[in-house]
Amino acid sequence: MTAILRPEDITANKLISSAAEWTLQYVLKPIGQILLFVFIAGGSISLLALVVGFVLQTDWHGIDILRVPARINLFEQVLRQLPNMLLDGITIGFVYAVIALGYTMVYGVLKFINFAHSEIFMLGAVVGYEVMMRLNEAELLSSLPPLLVVVLMIVMAMVVCGGTAVIVERVAYKPLRGAPRLVPLISAIGVSFFLTDFVRAFQALNRNVFNMPYLTDRVPFFNERIVFAQGVSTTYTTVIIIVSAIIMLVGLNYFVNATKIGKGIRAVSQDQATASLMGINVNQMITITFLVGGALGGAAGVLFGLKTTNITPYVGFIPGLKAFTAAVLGGIGNITGAMLGGLLLGMLEAFFSALLPYFPALGLGYSDIFAFAVLILVLLFRPTGLLGKKVDEKV
Amino acid sequence: MALLELENVHTYYGHIHALKGISLKVNEGEVVTLIGANGAGKSTTLRTISGLARPRMGKIMLEGVLLNNVPPHKITRMGVGHVPEGRRIFPELTVRENLEMGGFSVPRQQLQERMEYVFQLFPRIKERLNQLGGTLSGGEQQMLAMARGLLLNPRILLLDEPSMGLAPVLVDQVFDVIHQLHAKGTTILLVEQNARMALQVADRGYILQSGQIVMADSAKALQNSEVVRKAYLGEE
Repeated sequence: MTAILRPEDITANKLISSAAEWTLQYVLKPIGQILLFVFIAGGSISLLALVVGFVLQTDWHGIDILRVPARINLFEQVLRQLPNMLLDGITIGFVYAVIALGYTMVYGVLKFINFAHSEIFMLGAVVGYEVMMRLNEAELLSSLPPLLVVVLMIVMAMVVCGGTAVIVERVAYKPLRGAPRLVPLISAIGVSFFLTDFVRAFQALNRNVFNMPYLTDRVPFFNERIVFAQGVSTTYTTVIIIVSAIIMLVGLNYFVNATKIGKGIRAVSQDQATASLMGINVNQMITITFLVGGALGGAAGVLFGLKTTNITPYVGFIPGLKAFTAAVLGGIGNITGAMLGGLLLGMLEAFFSALLPYFPALGLGYSDIFAFAVLILVLLFRPTGLLGKKVDEKV
Repeated sequence: MALLELENVHTYYGHIHALKGISLKVNEGEVVTLIGANGAGKSTTLRTISGLARPRMGKIMLEGVLLNNVPPHKITRMGVGHVPEGRRIFPELTVRENLEMGGFSVPRQQLQERMEYVFQLFPRIKERLNQLGGTLSGGEQQMLAMARGLLLNPRILLLDEPSMGLAPVLVDQVFDVIHQLHAKGTTILLVEQNARMALQVADRGYILQSGQIVMADSAKALQNSEVVRKAYLGEE
């Protein structure tokens, strides 16, 4: 008997085994998958780093860690930097992964790249800043538990950004549903400009500021370091970023695979007309997709703010572009792919940021070029992305 | 009052006048078939009923309620089950999830009951519950599509070319199920190219030609009609 499991007909005895099954299916399995991706991304980047370090190891005219010209042994440097590089890559990679989910989910249902998503992300960072400032003004920032502060920031950002994404869809995309594909794309770029300038104007009127520094200095907890080994340490902020990203990824996995609405969204992304024949309200599913994608983008904004600690209204563009790249790298439309793509791109970036400062002719600013070059190489050989499937265009 | 009634329905695809004034009736418990060549407008008729295409003129009524401007998902929830042409299984959802989508608007308590009912009709599907829809064979996909349409417990089931592209033995199976459904009192509007088998199972039939109904009669009478035999049954 393979009848469908329903809470009603599960006896107490079965309840335990099904609770275990449930945990396995929707908590342990996705966490395992995320860990696997971390290992894949981390492993391949470590390998790359070691090989590059080994090949270029001797007699290099570079600058050492104190920015003094010196002959450096690159292999030694790489070995020394590897643990921190991996930690850095994982942190930023998770942020990219969470943003990338917003791109990939919307692409899945509408076959359209929501270029305003990067500004939704920026808005999330700004909302996080506002919550921090308000708490500070109420003199609650240092008295509240820091974790509660983070949760407040994330939840507020999710609410505001989810709502904004839904409104944006209603106003700027829905009326263009039947139009040629380029039209909503241009509309998205317009929304993107609008949101940037709206935030700029709002903050200028509100606080008369342009730079919005996060007040992480006021809470010692954020900057406390956890030391793993000599020279390998990280802050609690990093841990918060990684843990909250994992919670969101697992939550999204549950939502998409186990809930009725999530399955409805997947059905709509595969075949809209047939989904409507099943009694699924396609418009409602699209709205929910924007809500969830926007909320994730907002949360990612807060995490990004905690990491970089300085926010401007223009901060969304580059991470947004990278997250979009991550989504393409993993296979656009594929949720698992977005996670893998995000982690890989984060690692690549961390690798090049760690390596390039040794070469005075290049420098840190070139790290993006190399990261994107790797992307181009991957796409040359796998145009559908790493986990994308070859799909025939619908006639 | 007829369960489903179309009155002088005109549907356009862009500039193409696909349906030129279709009028038909399906009574409760009847199996009615719509026969015609490729491009005659059979699928368009079904799509217009379930709201995927919109009529420019005319009336579509389910028990006297006008469906013209009701969105497709609401028409489905009102009890019109549409099994589309080409089966349209969700390839990346498992068979179980495909069925759950079919029962999207069905309350949880009734869903289990409906599942048992369709498993009775299609025992094969039960063996494949955890497989992805796209990995099923054509015949299995057709069974799944029909099961998915039946989960809703529709007042009327619209079947679009259920035998298309299937091996003869599977065609027999499909029609066997239609016979069973008929015996259980399910109302069906069946679109088929296989006119012979369609007329065997149906009570009444309509012949569609370039967007117009050219003949309407009982299935028996159509089977015996000279014109139908020549044009659609391939007899001399």
